[in-house]
Parts: sequence; structure tokens; C-alpha cells
Amino acid sequence: MRDTNEMEVIFDSCSSNERFARVAVASFLTQLNPTVEEVSDVKTAVSEAVTNSIIHGYDQEIHKITVKCRIEQNRFAVTVKDTGKGIKDVAQAMMPMYTTRPELDRSGMGFSFMEAFMDKVEVESAPGEGTTVRMEKTIGKGRNLWTTQSL
Amino acid sequence: MKYQVEENCLTIFLPKEVDHHQAEEIRKDADAMIERNHIKYVIFDFGETEFMDSSGIGAVMGRYRLVHLIGGEVWGVHANARIKKILTMSGVTKIMQIYEEDQR
Repeated sequence: MRDTNEMEVIFDSCSSNERFARVAVASFLTQLNPTVEEVSDVKTAVSEAVTNSIIHGYDQEIHKITVKCRIEQNRFAVTVKDTGKGIKDVAQAMMPMYTTRPELDRSGMGFSFMEAFMDKVEVESAPGEGTTVRMEKTIGKGRNLWTTQSL
Repeated sequence: MKYQVEENCLTIFLPKEVDHHQAEEIRKDADAMIERNHIKYVIFDFGETEFMDSSGIGAVMGRYRLVHLIGGEVWGVHANARIKKILTMSGVTKIMQIYEEDQR
């Protein structure tokens, strides 16, 4: 079996595509035989990143969001990229409870959830150029597949 | 989305997936109902909910801000393990009481 695999989807930044994005990523992830918990973790993290692009990156205007996934052995990586307004101060944006849009009922917990549910979160952003969020998670950590044990 | 008003109490039966898309609808509907019916208590029923992200937390915090002004409360019921984890992690359980059925 090949141990690398990639996929990429590009879609419009409308809120109904939040579900599409996390379901598409989750179905690509199934080839790693993840637990229900791991699927939920990845779905939540992807949902947070895509929602950020829609609300903050594009100010709810319709543009394109690119989601790329890569599998390398049991390592899962997902990138969510927009070409929106970008983030001035990434460290501040990632602080729990910090939000620029409290009037839209944003809790300021988006990046905190991404960090809690994934092993690694990296944010690359420049004002006027957009934002790329790269996240990684090892699937099946500490879990022995029965097929690898000697019968 | 289903809602139930009993006296000054509003129950919101949340959908299967609570994301930004769904939370927007909850916000509009619930706020109109809270104002119209002089709601003091808001119950979030997570019975059907399998997925939630931080937008759900925002929905709880927003409704809390509204009813808190008049001395009201927000409650959460029927949350499964995953939803409880999300609620606890976000710290929203400091303002929302979680009703546990098995507490006797």
C-alpha cells in the first residue's frame, strides 16, 4: 500500500459550505481508520478554520477557500487557505476569548479549539494577502492494530 | 429548529450540527422570541446534537448576555460526552448550568 495520499478542494466561502468542508475532510481521513473521537477532533478544527475564513478573512463576501489534505503514514495534515484580508497580529488572534466580532456572537475560541484538537497548528498571514492555517494530527496514536500483532 | 416557550422560559432544541451556519439562524430566531415573550430562562437542548464548534459557544454566550441583564439563566440539557467536552473546554460551563439526568 502507498503510504502517502493527497486531496484538494476549492469552494465558495458561503456558510453552507462549512459542513461540506468538514465532511469532505472527514471522508478523506477514513482511510487511516480513525476513531470516532479523532474524526470529531478533525471536523471541529476544520470547521473553525473555514468559519474564520468566511467571517473574518472575507467579511462574509463570496470568494474561494482552498482545503488541502495530506496523509503520510499515520500523519494527517490539513491546510485551510483564503486570500482575504489577513491577520495583523496572529498571536493576539490566537488568544482564547479574543474576537474582533463579538456582535456576531463569535466566542473567540476558534484557534483554541484548533490547538486543543490537533497536535500542531501553524498560522501564516499577512494583511491584505490572506491567511493559511496548517494543522497536523497523528491518527491512531498509541493504538495497536490487531493486524500488526503476531497471531 | 424547534423552539418551545413556557411562561418566561425558552427551550431551544438544537439541530444535529451546530456550526456558524446554523448558529446564525438560532441567534435570529431566539433573540426575537426572547424579546417578544419576556424570556428570563433559556434552555439549550443538545439531545439531537452530534457536532458543535465554537459557534455553538458563541450562541450560548450571546443568549446569556441577553437574559443575564434581567437576572436570568441559561441551562444545557441532554448533552452527550463530546458536547460536554466542548462546553467544558471553552469555559462556558461557568455561565451555563448543565443539567445531569443521573443526579438524584
